[in-house]
Amino acid sequence: MSGPGVSAAAHHLTACHTCGLISRHPPRAAHLACSRCGASLHTRIPRSIQRSWAFLLAAMVLYLPANLLPMMQVTSLGQTRSDTILSGAEFLLASGMWPLALIVFVASILVPFVKMAILVYLLISVQFGSRFRPLDRTRLYRLTEFVGRWSMVDIYVVAILVALVNLGNIAAIRAGPGALFFGAVVVLTMFAARTFDPRLIWDGMEPTHGR
Amino acid sequence: MPDLPPHRHELVACHECDLLQRLPPDPPRGRIRCARCAAVLHHAHGHDIVEVPLALALAGVVLFIVSNLYPLLEFRLQGSADTSYLVAGIAALYTQGMPVLATLVLVTTLLAPAAQLTLLIYVYGTLRLGRRPPGFPAALRLLQAIVPWSMLEIFLLGVIVAAVKLAEKASIAPGPAAWSLGLLVVVLAATATQVHPRLLWERAG
Repeated sequence: MSGPGVSAAAHHLTACHTCGLISRHPPRAAHLACSRCGASLHTRIPRSIQRSWAFLLAAMVLYLPANLLPMMQVTSLGQTRSDTILSGAEFLLASGMWPLALIVFVASILVPFVKMAILVYLLISVQFGSRFRPLDRTRLYRLTEFVGRWSMVDIYVVAILVALVNLGNIAAIRAGPGALFFGAVVVLTMFAARTFDPRLIWDGMEPTHGR
Repeated sequence: MPDLPPHRHELVACHECDLLQRLPPDPPRGRIRCARCAAVLHHAHGHDIVEVPLALALAGVVLFIVSNLYPLLEFRLQGSADTSYLVAGIAALYTQGMPVLATLVLVTTLLAPAAQLTLLIYVYGTLRLGRRPPGFPAALRLLQAIVPWSMLEIFLLGVIVAAVKLAEKASIAPGPAAWSLGLLVVVLAATATQVHPRLLWERAG
């Protein structure tokens, strides 16, 4: 669905991202500020695609150690076991706590992976000026923005457990290096999603936009 | 509070697809969505756009203080007992040699929510007194930038997951902070739906 209408940019108009006021934005104008609130005006997020790729590629690199290194080391009655994200979810499943295993699997494994895959697709489709289903691509963007933060839940579980279970040899939990990389993945994918400008999806639909 | 000035057929550009369109002069209650991508352009509840968020933010401050001063979880195992506070995880990560991770948890569960509540009370409290808050644009911009990093609702899910995980091996009980955290999450979510930067600009700008 392309829908009727023209973007503000095609009329050399820019909406302030802070207060929404529409300003004239002559082509090739240098730095402009909103006349109502003083925010700098950008027709699109500056260098959106490059910056989003940079955050995304960094996240993809760190995704490997995040999944391969242990998130937690659990000591229980003198025995110590290390758990990665995946082995932790497996352990929960084996202990019969499948609702918990499902939360951990969805928030820590599925969401980061799907989010990165969606961002790769959105960035490539925008770079090639795709005209394919802009509304569905916008919905994908909204999905990544909304669900991405929820991956932090595993970091919080680690933070709560290390504070709570601290009884020396009887039971103690330590955070593993995987948690650090995992936190970095969540933060970097959040930055990648926030620097991606969804208006670029619709720019490909403009009649003047060459295919 | 004085009523909003009557709306003109205001020209807006959708923040998600940049479609130029006009809002009706007196938008009815409810949502107005972008004609092309269905992003919410305008959301009117029919309540006061200053008093309701101010009341919610003040309730949030009380709940935030309770959530930090009282124990979050109580833990008993083989005769040993321990209580844990919201900040304890940050301290434990720090002493275990993970200062970066400790900082991430500190920012997302403590500093960002505190800054969010402080800015809300500053902006809405000053507007309630009938004045334009000094630094209004910067305060609103900062507020919009902070909100995604305030993650108490996710932390609450973490508390629940951690408690269920331990419940098999030890006895776990929620402390007062767990309940106030639950309420705080609801209050912050309600506040988020009541912040309308565009309408505030029409009033204060």
